[in-house]
Amino acid sequence: MEAVLEPTTDAKNPDRVMADVDSSASPSADQGPAKYDVIIIGGGPAGMTAAIYLARKKLKSLMLTKDIGGQAAWSSDVENYLGFSMITGTDLTKHFQDHMLKFSDEITMQLIVDGVHGITKSPTGFSVELKDGKTESARAIIIASGKIPKKLGIDGEDEFMNRGVTYCAWCDGPLFKGKSIAIIGGGNSTLDAALNVEKIVKDITIVNSTDALHGDEVMIEKVKVAQNIRILNHAQVLSISGDKLVRGVTVRDEQTGTDKELAVDGVFIEIGSVPATDYLANLVQLNEEQEIVIDKRNMSSVEGIFAAGDVTDVSEKQIIVAAGEGSKAAIQCSKWLSARP
Amino acid sequence: MTEAKQKSDKVIVYTTPTCVFCKHVKSYLDDKGIDYDMIDVLADASKAQEMIDKSGQMGVPVTDFKGTIIVGFDKPKLDALVAA
Repeated sequence: MEAVLEPTTDAKNPDRVMADVDSSASPSADQGPAKYDVIIIGGGPAGMTAAIYLARKKLKSLMLTKDIGGQAAWSSDVENYLGFSMITGTDLTKHFQDHMLKFSDEITMQLIVDGVHGITKSPTGFSVELKDGKTESARAIIIASGKIPKKLGIDGEDEFMNRGVTYCAWCDGPLFKGKSIAIIGGGNSTLDAALNVEKIVKDITIVNSTDALHGDEVMIEKVKVAQNIRILNHAQVLSISGDKLVRGVTVRDEQTGTDKELAVDGVFIEIGSVPATDYLANLVQLNEEQEIVIDKRNMSSVEGIFAAGDVTDVSEKQIIVAAGEGSKAAIQCSKWLSARP
Repeated sequence: MTEAKQKSDKVIVYTTPTCVFCKHVKSYLDDKGIDYDMIDVLADASKAQEMIDKSGQMGVPVTDFKGTIIVGFDKPKLDALVAA
């Protein structure tokens, strides 16, 4: 299944091919002029802000993205984005997109199904090759590909993707109306998912590998008092099973060593996220967490490749921080391009 | 073995209110001037089941393009069906 679905499908395709050339490699065969001033990889808050800042400098950008909004679009209630006391991620993303559409002369958005294959240097800048074989060129790159959900790596996880397994409660919760679900995890994303869907689903079993839920105390209390939520601590999901759709999970109690089957119709995997940098490992410097290391100009270890947002080693991963980082990357990119012939 | 397709002249898009790619399918069909029915599977559980039965999965959007099922916003497949 190659189609693009909700952001959850990013996790369905974790086999991004790494860039097949490092920054010292010889230029690509593409000798023509760069088609765009900047290619922005990723369409979340960082990428969209960068695109707007570049557009206002009359720089033409191509945004290559698998979705609109990135992780922000998966958020249910955003209460800390300046200007909005409370707004859903979907609505905030729509505001971002509407703002970006004002600059349609300068910004080209291309939804890509399978992702980026690699980035190579060229005499005029860089070539970005997509997994479908197409190539685009630009004088500079801004990487804003954000983070993707972490996977459990268990039997049935890939098999039942979109057949009961999901990584986005906010996106897919409505499809489990009146059904039993398991939410795997124990932190804030798990708590958020549970509170988002508790009034939609029949019942929720939180399967948490640690001794207790951790995260926002207010959310933990709400989860504990909810009538249709039960919590299994020190528990590991071993496998997901079913027929056409998910029918259950096998869970091990790590304290007693006993396994049991839970009958569920859905499995929401909320165990965190990882930077979307699989296609960059041989190109730019990454830290231990596989985030792009950037300097205070938002420049990566490769001149002309900038980065912004959650994909970088910026200390805080917030929507408003990503937007700010996107603007910084665009301003620095613009200055860098101005200084070049 | 191939299953016989349900022949139809209708285009149906199954969506949820939070689905970003559903909006892309809608924009695509609007741009092509194609009439379609948009169904909110949250509002109608029977339609949610209909979507699952047709597509074999629960992701949205699902487009029933005159009997051919497309999961997600798959522009190449949509292009091919529109051109046919």
